[in-house]
Amino acid sequence: MELVWAAEEFEPPGVGTFIYPPIFGEVTKPVVQLVFAAIIVGAVFLLGTRKLSLVPGRGQFALEYIYNVARNMARDQIGHDFKPFIPLVLGLFSFILVNNFFGIIPVFQFPTMSRIGFPLALAVFVYITYHYAGIRKHGFVGYIKHASLPPGVPPFIAPLIVIIELFTKFVFQPISLALRVFAAMFAGHLVLVLAVVGGEFLLHAGGGLVVAAPFPFIGAIAFTFLEALVMTIQAYVFALLAAVYIGAAVSTDH
Amino acid sequence: MHSSILAAEEPLPILPLPGELIVGLIAFALLLFVLWKYAVPRFEALYEQRVEEIEGGLKRAEETKAEAEKLKAQYEEQMAGARAERARILDDARAEGAQIKAEARAEAEAEVARIRARGEEQLAASRDAVVRQLRAEVGGLSVQLAERLLGQALADDAKRSATIDAFLDELERDAPAKAN
Repeated sequence: MELVWAAEEFEPPGVGTFIYPPIFGEVTKPVVQLVFAAIIVGAVFLLGTRKLSLVPGRGQFALEYIYNVARNMARDQIGHDFKPFIPLVLGLFSFILVNNFFGIIPVFQFPTMSRIGFPLALAVFVYITYHYAGIRKHGFVGYIKHASLPPGVPPFIAPLIVIIELFTKFVFQPISLALRVFAAMFAGHLVLVLAVVGGEFLLHAGGGLVVAAPFPFIGAIAFTFLEALVMTIQAYVFALLAAVYIGAAVSTDH
Repeated sequence: MHSSILAAEEPLPILPLPGELIVGLIAFALLLFVLWKYAVPRFEALYEQRVEEIEGGLKRAEETKAEAEKLKAQYEEQMAGARAERARILDDARAEGAQIKAEARAEAEAEVARIRARGEEQLAASRDAVVRQLRAEVGGLSVQLAERLLGQALADDAKRSATIDAFLDELERDAPAKAN
């Protein structure tokens, strides 16, 4: 009886969880977090690289490790002329990683990328970059041909492939890129909030429900570790796909 | 009831807010600038330096090795030269020694022959001298003996014999004095 009563009273967290009141003007907590992340990442890479030595210390080693993750991604996916794209891949990976981890770092406790505007802004950079790189490499007409018709397509299905490829490269790729990290952060944060709010509710629900209260909290802690993994993977995947798209645009294997 | 939570005043989370999009664009653009202008070039310079350092190290090691090998070859060559030199010097010394010995022997033999020849010459000369002297003296003595014999009127055999004996004694007395 009590369970039914509780279920009627419990309000699960919804979209409202992701909406913060403006602190001043239009500036909300996610916006502050995003700017803060940009400052942190920029400062770390700016100050951390001032005195690089051939034999790295502990800090430099960690920084070089992050840099190498991005550099190897760019090199493996883009190939010969990958160096101009290192800043983008490195920036995407490190910036998204920090913003995602805001989701489980105390005080912040909100994954910035669960606001679609931010990953979309990053996808815009990727979109412009790979189309620009492709046009520069193949010329405008050459690039459209390159992008729309993969090699070895039988002529009778070529028209269909051309339409699919063009939609993929000019519409779906950037949108899916932004949606992937957004959805993962959104869902992950919602589950975390749900567990915590649910545990809180059980704690104050009265009756025998207090006994069940620890379980959502334990679940939330366990889920936090899973979230850390997801946050890392999503940052990695975003940067990797950016490199893959650039690599596909500048590839010459026709 | 759940639909009331997704109330009309709450915007769909799938739709971006223009403000957030703009902030995202600007913030990431600035971050990209920092990475592009400072961080990445510094890392790349470091890597190039590191590659150079490693390649330079390998190259230096190779150079050192080549130099060591060259020195070794040089040393061996010198050793071979020294060995040959030593053998040559030994041979020379041996040859010289043999030559000196041969010369010395030849010289000694020549000396011996010379000394012997001179001895023989002297011997011959003194014999000649003796013969000459003897001949002269024997002549003179023969004359004296003859005179004496003739002076005693050749009396008898015994007398003659004594005379001869006395003469010979005289001769013997005279001889050592002459030899001295």
